[in-house]
Amino acid sequence: MTVTDLPDARGHFGPYGGQYVPETLMALLEDLEAAYREAKRDPEFWAELDRYLGEYVGRPTPLYFAERLTEELGGPKIYLKREDLAHTGAHKINHAMGQILLANRMGKTRIIAETGAGQHGVATATVAAMFGLKCEIYMGVEDMERQALNVFRMRLLGAKVTGVHSGSKTLKDAINEAIRDWVTNVEDTFYIFGSVLGPHPYPMIVRDFQRVIGVEARAQILEREGQLPDVLVACVGGGSNSIGLFHAFLDDANVQMIGVEAGGHGIASGEHAARFNGGDLGVLHGARIYVLQDDDGQIALTHSVSAGLDYSGVGPEHCYLRDMARTAYTYATDEEALSAFELLSHTEGIIPALESSHAIAHVCKLASEMSREQIVVVNLSGRGDKDVQQAARFIEGVR
Amino acid sequence: MTRIGRRFEDLRKAGRTGFVAYITAGDPDLNTTHRVVLELDRQGVDVLELGVPFSDPLADGPVIQEASQRALVAGATLEGVLSMVADVRAETEIPIVLFTYYNPIHRYGVERFVKRAADVGVDGVLMLDLPPEEGGDYIARMNEHGLDTIFLVTPTTRDDRMKLIASHTKGFVYYVSRTGVTGERDSLADEIQSKVSAICQYTDMPIAVGFGISTPEHVSEIAQYADAVVVGSAIVRRIGEYQRDADLVAKVGVFVGSLIGPLREGV
Repeated sequence: MTVTDLPDARGHFGPYGGQYVPETLMALLEDLEAAYREAKRDPEFWAELDRYLGEYVGRPTPLYFAERLTEELGGPKIYLKREDLAHTGAHKINHAMGQILLANRMGKTRIIAETGAGQHGVATATVAAMFGLKCEIYMGVEDMERQALNVFRMRLLGAKVTGVHSGSKTLKDAINEAIRDWVTNVEDTFYIFGSVLGPHPYPMIVRDFQRVIGVEARAQILEREGQLPDVLVACVGGGSNSIGLFHAFLDDANVQMIGVEAGGHGIASGEHAARFNGGDLGVLHGARIYVLQDDDGQIALTHSVSAGLDYSGVGPEHCYLRDMARTAYTYATDEEALSAFELLSHTEGIIPALESSHAIAHVCKLASEMSREQIVVVNLSGRGDKDVQQAARFIEGVR
Repeated sequence: MTRIGRRFEDLRKAGRTGFVAYITAGDPDLNTTHRVVLELDRQGVDVLELGVPFSDPLADGPVIQEASQRALVAGATLEGVLSMVADVRAETEIPIVLFTYYNPIHRYGVERFVKRAADVGVDGVLMLDLPPEEGGDYIARMNEHGLDTIFLVTPTTRDDRMKLIASHTKGFVYYVSRTGVTGERDSLADEIQSKVSAICQYTDMPIAVGFGISTPEHVSEIAQYADAVVVGSAIVRRIGEYQRDADLVAKVGVFVGSLIGPLREGV
């Protein structure tokens, strides 16, 4: 068995993952898994998904050689996988489209989702509008404030956006509330999960629908450069865009993979969301994963300038790949991410999402250690239009 | 056999339906919880479910969410709850079930937790988000220390899982009478009776029914076909409302007494 064969039949990636949920959800997860396994074997399902990805989402997204950024940093050739150019402006549409086709197959008529930065919420509201399904999005009120533009977009798309006032009022609380909704409305509701998190089969399903990023990038770089990249870099909140880029390269032993977590105000400050740099093994939202928590097992509050990375846990497959030393994880602070946000805007005319800016920030650090012949592929997981107000406030504040 | 088993045996002999009360430990503080436990015992509560506060109680409605939050703010921890049980155990033989999410236990260490729970006089544990499939080690340790593993059956549980759950359940089976989170409801869910008889096919364990049961009328109705009735949010809401009252404990006692009343009038 290789790492690409995981998860096992019970949804485990080594000691991670699984199904740690209230009993009411067990039957729903079983139904979801059965429906997905059947869809997975059905060529018509994939043909339909491919058609929508091509005609509606705009795939394949380009792999762009960032020449001015490469020159500026004076290191390896930097390629950007332009998920920011996908419909709705981020990679989230890939798994939203896959999951709504699954919802249709299962005859579900109501869609719910949680959202942090709002990108997953927008993607979900979009596909729900497209198929004419009722849609409710849960979002922490703190995130609603810092991502006001996305709240407006979701409402424009016909979704009901419900603010969550409990806990830290961010992504983890939105997930709690979405699960409470799901556990209540079991008959007609499909929960479109926003990352490679949650109970099995979600980490597997979301990964399979995001895998297209790496499949495309691998073919594109081979065509362009005639060789595989040396390093892949992606930001890691729950881990959907990074697993999406990494997965198709897992068997390519010479390709190094780096996930970049949110360092917030720095690890020492305690105000961050770097689960691999301060977290421990725990159980959150249905899976055994690395979690930021206190000594008593209470889930810790996190901080990041980027709402999409501001979450206490990280997907089970990342935990496993890290143990296997197949992937490595580091972090970028708020300040580093904001510098990268400005740098990419100035050098390439591309305003990246604050989430993706964390990946760019790490490329800036890597550049000096690498040679000009080497190749880095960065997942530009989303565009930054949603972040300009937030970024302006921070940049003014810092200066 | 734990105190839970003995209590259900007594109830069976007496031909009575049991009353299970849930409260969140540490709300508004652990000293008050200690006094509430003794009062509930005095009122005739048969089994006490003590909720361990957790930061992310995703199976709970607003009433218990807020109670957990109050308890955490007041400094309740798993160790604190266990110590409180040790103290209260010196004064009462009421059967005690810890009702908890898995992460605080995972963090404490399953083996260490089970040993300590047994030492302080806990009788059973209900782990809300640990289905038997993931709970092998926990179940083994609990069996080793002679504690009851209580699992939930819900309206969505199919027969094959019911069988699995029944095979791992000790003490009593907890039937969650509706889909959704904890909380009070105006009316009872449908099909409770048929589901309870379905569970009976797989186990001889007593069956307690909970979720949404809030009034003496609900209690009377459920008592017709369940071995025990569980009330949680209706009590927890009142603890929240009375938290600044000097006579909180007495008032909670009066309310719980009114719920138990129908069960004592020879149902």
